[in-house]
Amino acid sequence: MRDVAIIGVGITKFGELWDKSFRNLISEAGTKAILDAGIEGKEIDALFVGSMSPGRFVGQEHVGALVADSSGLHVMNIPTTRVENACASGGLALRQAYISVASGMHDIVVVGGVEKMTDVIGGEATDILAMAADQEWEAFFGVTFPALYAMIARRHMHEYGTTREQLAEVAVKNHDNGLLNPNAHFRRKITVDSVLNATMVADPLTVLDCSPISDGAAALVLAPLDKAKQYTDKIVKISGSGQASDSLALHGREDICTFKATVEAARQAYKQAGVEPKDIDLAEVHDCFTIAEILAIEDLGFVKKGEGGKAAEEGRTRIDGDIPINPSGGLKAKGHPVGATGIAQAAEVTLQLRGEAGKRQVKDAEIGLTHNIGGSGATCVVHILEVV
Amino acid sequence: MPMEEIGIASYGAYIPMNRIKVEEIASTWGRNPENIKKGLRISEKSVPSPDEDTATISVTAARYALSRIDINPADIGAIFIGSESHPYAVKPTSTIVGEAIGSTPELMAADYEFACKAGTAAIQNCLALVRAGMIKYGLAIGADTAQSAPGDALEYTASAGGAAFIIGKDNVIARINYTCSFATDTPDFWRREARKYPRHGGRFTGMPAYFKHITEAAKMLMSKMGTKPEDYDYAVFHQPNGKFPLTVAKMLGFREEQVRQGLLTPLIGNTYSGSSPLGLCSVLDVAKPGDRIMMVSYGSGAGSDAFDITVTDNIKNFQKEKAPTVKQLIERKRYINYAVYAKYRDLLYWE
Amino acid sequence: MTTVPRFWREIPQRYNLIGTKCKICGRVYFPPREVCPYCRRKSLENMEKIRLSGKGTIYSYTIIHTPPSKFEGQAPYAVGIVELEEGPRITSQIVDCELDEIKIGMKVEAVFRKIQEDGDTGAIYYGFKFRPVENESER
Repeated sequence: MRDVAIIGVGITKFGELWDKSFRNLISEAGTKAILDAGIEGKEIDALFVGSMSPGRFVGQEHVGALVADSSGLHVMNIPTTRVENACASGGLALRQAYISVASGMHDIVVVGGVEKMTDVIGGEATDILAMAADQEWEAFFGVTFPALYAMIARRHMHEYGTTREQLAEVAVKNHDNGLLNPNAHFRRKITVDSVLNATMVADPLTVLDCSPISDGAAALVLAPLDKAKQYTDKIVKISGSGQASDSLALHGREDICTFKATVEAARQAYKQAGVEPKDIDLAEVHDCFTIAEILAIEDLGFVKKGEGGKAAEEGRTRIDGDIPINPSGGLKAKGHPVGATGIAQAAEVTLQLRGEAGKRQVKDAEIGLTHNIGGSGATCVVHILEVV
Repeated sequence: MPMEEIGIASYGAYIPMNRIKVEEIASTWGRNPENIKKGLRISEKSVPSPDEDTATISVTAARYALSRIDINPADIGAIFIGSESHPYAVKPTSTIVGEAIGSTPELMAADYEFACKAGTAAIQNCLALVRAGMIKYGLAIGADTAQSAPGDALEYTASAGGAAFIIGKDNVIARINYTCSFATDTPDFWRREARKYPRHGGRFTGMPAYFKHITEAAKMLMSKMGTKPEDYDYAVFHQPNGKFPLTVAKMLGFREEQVRQGLLTPLIGNTYSGSSPLGLCSVLDVAKPGDRIMMVSYGSGAGSDAFDITVTDNIKNFQKEKAPTVKQLIERKRYINYAVYAKYRDLLYWE
Repeated sequence: MTTVPRFWREIPQRYNLIGTKCKICGRVYFPPREVCPYCRRKSLENMEKIRLSGKGTIYSYTIIHTPPSKFEGQAPYAVGIVELEEGPRITSQIVDCELDEIKIGMKVEAVFRKIQEDGDTGAIYYGFKFRPVENESER
């Protein structure tokens, strides 16, 4: 297995993008990434695209082919693969692309993630997202995604004394970061009070504890490390990749306050990269709900189990804290076009490691981590990126 | 024609826990609650939750009946459920119950309709099949989530509830000595196919309908059995309100004390096909060996099923405490207001 | 997106909580499994059907204020993960109590209720929900 580098990054604005279609979005992200990498279309060996449910959001399956077509690369009859693992579709697409380059099967690969969520009415979007849960034994009874994470929150509060206010601090911090991110879906300040008093979605989570419904796309260009210098001197290497699964339904876990899939995926990535949690300078984690970020920083080993709430409250996860989490604004403020998220996380870490993150730059960032979750923790993909 | 030791082997009752008071309904429609309470002798009625219907009530009552007796549910060879509010016009409630209690697939099953007497008709048919030796046990259920048009007089009384009886031979807790029925074509109250609410003939539902059929059926029964009202310890009549059963009792020569234990409408309303069956359950909850019970149901359209029942010694060993008594079900309650009632009973239109 | 055959197939589970027990290690599974994840090959042909009692305690819960489309008009309602006395945990609604009475650790029992229906012309889907066990009728 050879080393793989990220040589190009492209990302669209995230938000309610009425003028942009599914095809527009992925083409825009892909084009930006290719231009950033300085490569030509004919050099691309394969495409990977992550998208959770284009079938229901825009009535379109076979999106691997669609993306090849939209990018014009179909004239080369390029191999193209759509990857799905619910909200971890993007992260998994990156891993599949990484493996295809690391194995020597392909050299230059473009991997993107995209979701167009606003062409359906809001209630329908919630139903579609619920397809990541167990249809027969969770969704059938009227359980929603916010409900599943709310149950995690309530148990976490019961076992560790985590408070509503600590959860809210996560959203406040991410919104502060979003203000510094020109592509973020939300660019406004919120307070702990505004989170607590917002419309209740699933007790104790209010609408401000939940990531939004967004449109958007992101793309990366991967190349073997030994070829990367031909294209760019801003080389970021994928030094670790991990993936793991757990029961589909939340009730199938031993302990719902820990995502064993995260623990295992992270273990694989740390081992491969030869680093420990304390070596990580920043992480883009999967804060689909505020409680998810609390669980993530615990399960990734940044803080002890049960101390996630306190860390958020003490400001340790701020951009200038000792464990910067979601400098992009996270899923909460940056937005969560589901399939795009895993790629967007890697895009952000790459920009941070290159020193190109502008106002939200984490000082001396050399090693970053991305953490992408599917469903209520049934899938986890973790990548570790390093400056070369 | 005395019957062998065939009768009720076990029983179970269920009443949903929501209640709405007469005052709450009356104030919505600008009526005087005191007149209604006095005129109908009722203070509140039960209301099913949106996730309850005749099938869920029947399953619950049937499971309670099974919990009080040690039989193999597969030995229940027939299930008949009487209701005016079967969840489907076509697709039986009885097979839903059959699956939920483990009596399928070797099972005779059908749903009955005869207004409020469909449940007692089910009892008669289970009796016949057991007597004929065609089944070991039969399950007869009377249950309803009754509909009433907003603002109509029936709104004060139309409620929800049900009772299940396991009919069998030998070791029964109550022997059904005899049953007979009085039926005519008397259209006092009806609901057309696909309509939501019933209509009725106002005062026509009284003497020519309810009173005539109950008294004739009761007299027919007493004549066949050679009995008089004073031979019975308890009398249970169909109870559309809290007043009619007392009036008909007087007409027949029964005393109020005989009727009291089985008269539930004042606190839970008229459970339609569950009406006299629930009254019977209430009596069985307190009955002693040797007690004699007359039950006469009434179903509009019209007819009455009369039963002569004697409680046996087996009731002493009956595992009554395995399921709630009627009294416990009546006392398990929470009040709702008219707005919540309208939402629950689907009176609000939305798409 | 429940369809009639998909629902009908699970009736033994939905109506009667039929699960399986691994005869090798004794673990109980609901919904039923043909293979025990821990004993694996050894458990093939060694899983027996078991009817769960429906009794358990609340492991976690939430009150849903923003329901999915089929459950419009029901909000707010409670859902919870219930730990059954035989071991497995399952998810369903918690009913027959005030929403603020629900607590982690509360004893509950299964009841037979309507779960959803396909509009007013489609099929009705029944299944289990949970309600608090009252002290006097605790059996």
